[in-house]
Amino acid sequence: MATISPSTAEIVRQSGAVPGAEYLLEVSNVRKAFPGVLALDDVSFRLKRGHVHALMGENGAGKSTLMKIIAGIYTPDSGSFKLKGQEIKLTSPLDALQYGIAMIHQELNLMDFMTVAENIWIRREPLNSLGFVRHEEMRRRTKELFQRLDIPLDPETEVRDLSVANRQMVEIAKAVSYDSDILIMDEPTSALTDREVEHLFRIIRALKAQGTGIIYITHKMNELFEIADEVSVFRDGRFIGEHKAADVTRDEIIKLMVGREITQMFPKEVAPIGDVALSVRDLCLEGKFHGVSFDLRKGEILGVAGLVGSGRSNVAETLFGVTPATSGAILIDGKEIKINNPGVAMDAGMAFLTEDRKASGCFLLLDITANMQIALLRHGHATAGFVNERKIEALCQQQKNRLRVRTPDLEEPIINLSGGNQQKVLIARWLMTKPEILILDEPTRGIDVGAKAEIHKLITELAVQGVAVFMISSELPEVLGMSDRILVMHEGRMTGIVDRKDATQVRIMELASQ
Amino acid sequence: MATDISTAAPTSEVRKAGRRRLPPELSILAVMIGMMLLFEVLGWMFVGQSFIANPLRLRIMILQEAEIGIIAVGVTQVIIMGGIDLSSGSVVGMTAMIAASLAQVASYTHAVYPSLTGLNPIFPVAAGLVCGLIAGLINGSLIALTKIPPFIATLGMMVSARGVADWYTNGQPIGNLSDSFAAIGAGWWPVIIFLGVAFIFHIALRYTRYGKFTYAIGANPLAARVSGINVERHVILVYMIAGLLSGLSGIVHTARAISGQAGVGVGFELDAIAAAVIGGASLSGGVGRMTGTVIGAVILGILTSGFTFLNVDAHYQEIIKGGVIVAAVVADQYRQRRRKGA
Repeated sequence: MATISPSTAEIVRQSGAVPGAEYLLEVSNVRKAFPGVLALDDVSFRLKRGHVHALMGENGAGKSTLMKIIAGIYTPDSGSFKLKGQEIKLTSPLDALQYGIAMIHQELNLMDFMTVAENIWIRREPLNSLGFVRHEEMRRRTKELFQRLDIPLDPETEVRDLSVANRQMVEIAKAVSYDSDILIMDEPTSALTDREVEHLFRIIRALKAQGTGIIYITHKMNELFEIADEVSVFRDGRFIGEHKAADVTRDEIIKLMVGREITQMFPKEVAPIGDVALSVRDLCLEGKFHGVSFDLRKGEILGVAGLVGSGRSNVAETLFGVTPATSGAILIDGKEIKINNPGVAMDAGMAFLTEDRKASGCFLLLDITANMQIALLRHGHATAGFVNERKIEALCQQQKNRLRVRTPDLEEPIINLSGGNQQKVLIARWLMTKPEILILDEPTRGIDVGAKAEIHKLITELAVQGVAVFMISSELPEVLGMSDRILVMHEGRMTGIVDRKDATQVRIMELASQ
Repeated sequence: MATDISTAAPTSEVRKAGRRRLPPELSILAVMIGMMLLFEVLGWMFVGQSFIANPLRLRIMILQEAEIGIIAVGVTQVIIMGGIDLSSGSVVGMTAMIAASLAQVASYTHAVYPSLTGLNPIFPVAAGLVCGLIAGLINGSLIALTKIPPFIATLGMMVSARGVADWYTNGQPIGNLSDSFAAIGAGWWPVIIFLGVAFIFHIALRYTRYGKFTYAIGANPLAARVSGINVERHVILVYMIAGLLSGLSGIVHTARAISGQAGVGVGFELDAIAAAVIGGASLSGGVGRMTGTVIGAVILGILTSGFTFLNVDAHYQEIIKGGVIVAAVVADQYRQRRRKGA
């Protein structure tokens, strides 16, 4: 695509002389079934040149499936596909790229042991006449690209040395480097901090001005209103409606997404606060965080806020013995306990829902029962080594019903569940151990509004029953809505604990970015 | 997220009744039967006799795979846990020597240990098992505690254990073994031992905490750790069991051959891995079943005896066997991908 300056493109666009067809992409009546599941049912979707079109819907609504079809990863069972007015058929992701459709995946697809430059130009390396890669040229192009996008990274860094947020920026740069007409972004901000999100939005606006059409999948409402021109809502594999972003309200969209009204996002109930369950004194993990002290009482929800990389998750991992503390003390019910491994923490009544569902939560290849029962097995439920299958199965069934895990049966491999349902299975895993102290790291990351509300309700219920909850979250409304007190961290230090009544977004952000 | 099941929630109750998952071994069992039938047909065409209706051949076929099968029972567990064991064949050689040296008859004058002849067979058996157990303990400890890749740790053991076997008698075979020891390898015993350990560990994998932990570690070691499993201890345990079974295989082999030879067992580890993989175990861990491995071992046996039956040259046999192993895995991958619907 020829690069014209943003201002020129804007003038052309405003004059109405948009070249070619009005719609960059028109997908109609698409149907896609997976064994046992109709993922998309007669779905249509249109994307205008120079517009950001947001896709909203609960997890499992079919957004990602549709995007994978547009990006050539899946082939639809039926339906038509028009690119700039021309009927085309995609057979592979490479095909899609050649047609000018690039996608930034939800999962990071970078190669850890290769440099940033190698990752970006993979398969498109500049070659010399002998077929060897011209590293200098590749570096130069990367520098140029980064300058254009204002990304302050060294092209020679190996990807494994980058933070998750920087990796995401590399992914974005890679997708932009294709100079494609259509750019699909699948939850690009889930690993980004506010500042980087702003940066991404600047990039998006520049691309828009060049006439690129952007499909933007997100769960975050405020992003939608900030960046999107249109919004399409999906539910249960069906297209529900398309609206101009300026014409709808947040509540209307939520209503469309879930098909019912969510009366209250954060149903905080006042729980009786009991004795101190967990007391942390001057906890330190060399190189990650230091000087963390707090008391957590029974029935209390202690929210933990801070930017990504502030050491929040490290504190959680240390409390649970995944990375034992280098100094400081952890007291449970007033008794000091050396927590050297997760087993010790579990025996002391703790449970830990990790931040990364895929990396440290799910056993993706195994079925739901295997995933749910694994923590429980430590606490008995076995006679002479033999697992009491029937009893455990009944317990799993009970949890499945209680948390409303949507699955045909417990023998379903967990990989086939949506993010929200996977998260419910992991929560069930820990609830089955009847914890007294519950550590939650991003309990609702990447899951849909409906499941989110259910999980919030559950956390509140647990607090009312006297469970002490330590909850890390990147979403300020969630922290503010759920917590009794909020612990804020910044660059490995605890910068303050704020009471619910004094907590505002501004106050928390001040502490988090001191 | 794309293959989301939750969208199918309204129909799930309806589907539930008709939806019983078929055990994944069925397809591999079909391959096994197909292969037997193929050799049957080829037999009538080229040799003029039946492949299947020949009890002697069936017995030889099962016997020669029993030793591989015993190893494969251990290797399957290692593979399910996401590891690999390359040392089994060398451990067979090492235990063969050690067991044989304690199993010589009292009347033999040139025994390795002249004062330890005519012992009850319990002693050579115990020594062989302990020897395998120690090899496994070293493998497991290296992997769990130093975090070196299992491939490297067991490669080291593969070289060293073979060295021990050669060093033990300077390469001299150990003969004149007692009848009571040889009885272990006589008749159907190897097969009974193979099926016995396969059954025990089939039960262990499916119904015990040991099994659940093994699958969990193979599927996601980090999540297993966070779930409170003592991953290091379990890894050591599984490698010890694999070593123990290699030792057992070495004992059976020595008893069957009625002689201890330092060179035995070369390549056994690869046959055992092949049996597990043909049987559906995934080298990336978390997937595999003992029943599949047993069928995998039988398939290897059918191949060998089938080709011998058809008078195919031994070199061609190896070439084709390699192809079959790869084809089995390719077919399995293809099947899994189709099931995922991608």
